[in-house]
Amino acid sequence: MSLAVKAAVADPDLLFFPWDTPLEEWPADLVVALPRGISRHIVRFVRIKGVIHAVKEIEEHYASREYELLLQLTDLGVPSVRATAVVSGRIDKNGEPLPAALITEHLEFSLPYRAVFSSTPRPDTAIRLLDALTLLFVRLHSIGFSWNDCSLSNTLFRRDAGAFAAYLVDAETGEMHPNLSNGQRQYDIETAILNVTGEMMDLQAGGKLPESVDPIPVGQSLKVRYERLWEFLSKPILLEFGDRAPLDNHIRQLNLLGFDVSGIEMKSLDADRQVVQVGAKVVDAGHHARRLIRLTGLDVEENQARRLLNDLDSYRATNGANEVEEVVAHRWVTEQFEAVVSAVPRDLAKKLEPAEIYHEVLEHRWFMSEREQRLIPIEEVIASYISEVLANKPDEATMFGSPSGLDDTMEIALIKD
Amino acid sequence: MAKVVFKNATRIYPGTERPAVDNLNIEINDGEFLVLVGPSGCGKSTSLRMLAGLEPIDGGQVFIGERDVTHLAPKDRDIAMVFQNYALYPHMTVADNMGFALKIAGKPKDEIRKRVEDAAKLLDLMEYLDRKPKALSGGQRQRVAMGRAIVREPQVFLMDEPLSNLDAKLRVQTRTQIASLQRRLGVTTVYVTHDQVEAMTMGDRVAVMKDGVLQQIDSPQNLYDQPSNVFVAGFIGSPAMNLCSAYVRDSGVEVGGAQIAVSADILAEARSRGLTEVTIGFRPEDMQLGEGMAIAIEFVEVLGVDAYVYGTIETTHGQQNTVIRTDGRKPPKAGDTIRVNVKDGHIHVFDSNTGERLGK
Repeated sequence: MSLAVKAAVADPDLLFFPWDTPLEEWPADLVVALPRGISRHIVRFVRIKGVIHAVKEIEEHYASREYELLLQLTDLGVPSVRATAVVSGRIDKNGEPLPAALITEHLEFSLPYRAVFSSTPRPDTAIRLLDALTLLFVRLHSIGFSWNDCSLSNTLFRRDAGAFAAYLVDAETGEMHPNLSNGQRQYDIETAILNVTGEMMDLQAGGKLPESVDPIPVGQSLKVRYERLWEFLSKPILLEFGDRAPLDNHIRQLNLLGFDVSGIEMKSLDADRQVVQVGAKVVDAGHHARRLIRLTGLDVEENQARRLLNDLDSYRATNGANEVEEVVAHRWVTEQFEAVVSAVPRDLAKKLEPAEIYHEVLEHRWFMSEREQRLIPIEEVIASYISEVLANKPDEATMFGSPSGLDDTMEIALIKD
Repeated sequence: MAKVVFKNATRIYPGTERPAVDNLNIEINDGEFLVLVGPSGCGKSTSLRMLAGLEPIDGGQVFIGERDVTHLAPKDRDIAMVFQNYALYPHMTVADNMGFALKIAGKPKDEIRKRVEDAAKLLDLMEYLDRKPKALSGGQRQRVAMGRAIVREPQVFLMDEPLSNLDAKLRVQTRTQIASLQRRLGVTTVYVTHDQVEAMTMGDRVAVMKDGVLQQIDSPQNLYDQPSNVFVAGFIGSPAMNLCSAYVRDSGVEVGGAQIAVSADILAEARSRGLTEVTIGFRPEDMQLGEGMAIAIEFVEVLGVDAYVYGTIETTHGQQNTVIRTDGRKPPKAGDTIRVNVKDGHIHVFDSNTGERLGK
């Protein structure tokens, strides 16, 4: 048996690693010290042309299988590590066979969950990780991939432009199907709950889990998160006669699930009807405020920013999907935001800050259209808002503190089961 | 604990014509260790997954105990899938590593401790319960992982190639452990493998599958002695049974320039099927030197007490590769031609059209 390298582009450097030595015994000067997750295989990091790669020792059949699966996932655009090569036919110095090695490119700036916890042990970190994992999980299921061993250890986390993204790193037990049966999805979820809860219990045993996080309910919540997101993402929405309300509603629900809009895709069925698919992502704290200020110059609180950005995104989907985001944002400020804010009479303008007024007008529009079951022109909404809501509020601009803080803008659950 | 029944169970993958599992009928007894074996694509894993609830069942039913589980979710079937993925948690004790699933399921502490201790006794892990996994050897870690499945006390264990990921030495070791553990626990177990040696050494009974169809389900001994068709004959046994065509004669069959005696009822059955030729099979280990078939030797592999002789014999359809086992202390030489007989009662005869065994 001779050494064989399977790779899309085989780097000759690959041949010069000490393949006749078990990975565990590779010399320290060759190995890069990086945090490693729990693994049932020996894993080491090395540099190839300056880029860090992970090398995992595993039987040849499994190495090749995982290599192919990772390539497929990359092709399908699922966040996963990139497979570089499989080295097989390894023999040690006594002529005994050694397992094959699967080589993957290390994901830059990514961290295993243990490292995330030890650097930012905040209670909501656990929730963010789970949301990111859930999103990855749902995406994998939607392309017919059953993971069979979904866990925090088999995932890497990366902060990406404010978003918290989860990447699949271990596809060893995974299977690609044309689509998944309910049984396959349920089993995968049960396994994930068991794994994730076990991992959090382990963090707890090691003193790394914030005291306020109880692994069991947090782990169990994965199921609900998953099911809601699955239902949400697998259900496209139909817009008729340019009525934006269903889209706005849809985005509200996505926010309530803890996710943000990553993109909106719209297809016309005919002149009057469009089908819209909304993508989801998980973002880090402060992300919305930063994005809104970049796009519009409006400096507002995080939750207000999220609400405004959702409105902007859905405005963009119906009024200029092919234009540059900044241009549409500028138009949105003048046509939507300022139109609403300037419609408020001067004597009432002190009652709330502009972003909050805009947010409340959006809420009111939703409330009215639910009540009256029709599409309501914005002028009508503003008039109704001013007389029904704003006129009855105290002046907040002169009050101490910030009563228009986060609690006011938190939305209440509206999901109808 | 429970018996498991597949009743006309069928699975057809969308977009395919041929069922992945076709009308499977198997009754697995309470406490039995059943191995599903066959080449890749034979439907063995699909069958296991139908039992687990991971594949929808397109026809027929599956029962666990008295319950029809055909349409139940995996978690409601009271089964434990034992996969090869065994990650142990480094900061948790061995006891917690074994019992954490029970904690998640909300079982009371006393019950968890009792179940963990019971499993640890079986697995020889009692003295390690309060240690961390780091302190354990590779084999002990495997046993902790098995302990995780055991403490759940399922009705049925399902194992899909659980050893394929281990190196050869650990594989043989773990194979023995799983088999003896299963016998002590007495939990009905369905085990999938492509490795017929694993199947034969572990199973109370072995079900051989090919192309989605059950070929034979029997004890390892019967599969070896009485394969019901040519496929099973060739699949079970290592090195494989020699299979070649032979003429039907008055008192036996003729191959390699020799007549081999075959019982009258087998010959009668061959004639009643209108066969002038049959497929015969003989195992390498069922041969002795004598005056029978001529084998031209190409290569001899001496393994100590035994030697395997690789050669060819003349059949009705030209030369056929043949392997026989001989005395390793007096092996014949490559280039020689030797004559061999099949030991009495060790010739297998099959219908050359259908592959079925003649004379049950």
